[in-house]
Amino acid sequence: MSLLKRKRIITKAIGLAAVVLSAAVGAGASAEEAKTQYFPLATFRVGAYASSGIPVWAGEIDYFRYINEVEGGINGIKLVWDECETNWEVEKGVECYERVKAGKNGSPVPIFLPHGDPISKALTEKSVADKIPLVTIAYGRTEAIDGRVFPYSFPVVFSFWSEASSAVNFIAEKVGGKDKLKGLKIATVYHDSPYGKETQVPLAHLAKTYGFVDIQIPVPHPGNEQSAQWAKIRQLKPDWVFLRGWGVMTPVAIKTAAKVGFPVDHIIGGIWSGSEEDVRPAGAVAKGYLAITPFPAGANFEIHQKLKKHILDKGLSDLKDPKSFGSVYYNSGVDEAIVAVEAIRTAQAHFGVRPINGEEAQWGLEHLDLSEERLAEIGATGLQQPLKLSAKDHEGGGAGKVLQWDGEKWNVVSNGWVKSDRELLLPLIYERAAAYAREKGITPRDATN
Amino acid sequence: MSFFVETLVGGLLAGVMYSLVAIGFVLVFKASGVFNFAQGSMVLCAALTFVTLRDKGLDFWLAALITLSVMVALGIAVERVVLRPLVNRPQITLFMATLGVSFVIEGVAQIVMGASVHELDLGIVDTPIEIGGVQVSQFDLAAAGTAGLLVIALSIFFNKTRVGIALRAIADDPQAALSIGIRLQTLWQIVWGVAGFVSLIAGLLWGARQGVQFALTLVVLKALPVLIIGGFTSIAGAIVGGLIVGAGDSLAEIYLGSLLGGSVSTWFAYVLAVAFLLVRPAGLFGEAPIERI
Repeated sequence: MSLLKRKRIITKAIGLAAVVLSAAVGAGASAEEAKTQYFPLATFRVGAYASSGIPVWAGEIDYFRYINEVEGGINGIKLVWDECETNWEVEKGVECYERVKAGKNGSPVPIFLPHGDPISKALTEKSVADKIPLVTIAYGRTEAIDGRVFPYSFPVVFSFWSEASSAVNFIAEKVGGKDKLKGLKIATVYHDSPYGKETQVPLAHLAKTYGFVDIQIPVPHPGNEQSAQWAKIRQLKPDWVFLRGWGVMTPVAIKTAAKVGFPVDHIIGGIWSGSEEDVRPAGAVAKGYLAITPFPAGANFEIHQKLKKHILDKGLSDLKDPKSFGSVYYNSGVDEAIVAVEAIRTAQAHFGVRPINGEEAQWGLEHLDLSEERLAEIGATGLQQPLKLSAKDHEGGGAGKVLQWDGEKWNVVSNGWVKSDRELLLPLIYERAAAYAREKGITPRDATN
Repeated sequence: MSFFVETLVGGLLAGVMYSLVAIGFVLVFKASGVFNFAQGSMVLCAALTFVTLRDKGLDFWLAALITLSVMVALGIAVERVVLRPLVNRPQITLFMATLGVSFVIEGVAQIVMGASVHELDLGIVDTPIEIGGVQVSQFDLAAAGTAGLLVIALSIFFNKTRVGIALRAIADDPQAALSIGIRLQTLWQIVWGVAGFVSLIAGLLWGARQGVQFALTLVVLKALPVLIIGGFTSIAGAIVGGLIVGAGDSLAEIYLGSLLGGSVSTWFAYVLAVAFLLVRPAGLFGEAPIERI
């Protein structure tokens, strides 16, 4: 045998041994990993909306780390996660979902967080087929509140319809009651997209109920030029503007409003127009701007003290910019993580303490009861509103707090959580869900299970 | 009537902002025949560099000077590293190369300077003033004034300086220009450097208007119809094209949008552009290519 041949055989043998060894180690790791709960995170750390997303994942990951480091996991089941970059694009979001839906190293996917309204809509039917719940806090299809038709979609906490209704109720609070809404002009300046149009139906209904004039003004994507829209505002002279923007649209709207002399303290930004990233680029003219949100800003909540002590101060935080600690987006990540963790905890109480799969997590979500007492135990009183979900109600909360920008930070200016008129809107939501069921040939589930 | 005039004036001033971006395209196209798709990314890069330096505590003018150096260096680097090796390749190859450069600039700028949204304050008051009963934005007036100064400066550069005249010679006939000893590559570097300077001006004004964020790159979408209407080789055309697009967009948004029940300004500028292409393919001020066959 030549020296060259011998060398080749030795090389092959070493290679084979390495493969066998790594397979053995991998198998051991799989067995170990199966004792963990996998959370795939669809993130957008690059691209047009990265600045909005980065603090969200930080809040979420920091809370997951806190659960692992301080509480030893959810009842001992540690959380593992990895990220998939979507760039906030539907195709990439769907690709991410397909890539992660089978789980990781034997650990199933209990919940998928799409982080993007268009992505969540594209996944509505896939999630039913795969039995993986989509949790879409403050975005997603509003009629998915009806879990009988949308068993795996959870627009938890604050749907777009609740956002619109709470904004109207805040205006009522300011003008001295709902009876004073009659005759007021409320203009909605919205992102001209399915997301932006989502509040048209509830606002028309509320306008009919309370007698205010509902004006709708679209802004084309991305919204970096709005002089025509605000000239129209100047012409129509509304009493209030409800601003439903996304990305660059919000600071441009605030600046253009100032240009036409519209008072910024009579603009109420929607959920996705109410972060520090939305107002800071607008500079001094943003002072006084209002926004309704289910994610009140602030770092004085008890959970933040815990996160600071156990995660941030120990250098374990995912936050790159410490200024974002307690920002609206950071807190939205914490809120989202709390809901996900508590849903798993609820499912574990029913199915046993082990990694939970999608079907079990759906049960956990539909039986989630985040009471005032439980929120106090977590340290999220005031940060998260009490939530009680069911098969007939995948939203649960339906209230927001109104914040006002003082040039440096947000301050809560509403009287606690401003509730929406859910009793008024739910019949309409159920009607739309039923129409969707008819269109798609879906037989609604029995909600009594 | 005053509402119509106000909408028209607002649109015209907004159009000037698009012209600022379009001028960067014209400069490079005029001198090298390359449609530089990376112009939007250069605008983002300029604004991001400037605010990052300002955030680090640098004086306004020092930050502007360093940013200008960075932009000129970037322009020269793109010419030297990407475009020079592709000389004599088909136009589509050069265009695709600039498309790639655009993504690289966006990605690297975000990695180096972060993805955060920044406020950019140029100290220009943004409260409205009334002129003859019409409300006008002071910031937009200042931007229009800046665009006017830029056009004058570029006209002097192209018409009165040796470099400018050489650039015009290259634009007219590269072979003839080479034969009389004009150094093509040096001049291309100069023009890319000037495009970097224009990016800085556009980046500062757009950044002050909407905040410095990734969406700055999207302003090129409106600069394209401006170029089609004004012509790819005329700086004056970029200004006139901008005015037409701005005014057309604003008026269409108000009067046509309400009829159609939705926003029209995303596509209306392109309707105008296609109409101009059908009637005057080289644009209002563009030079129609004449080739011997």
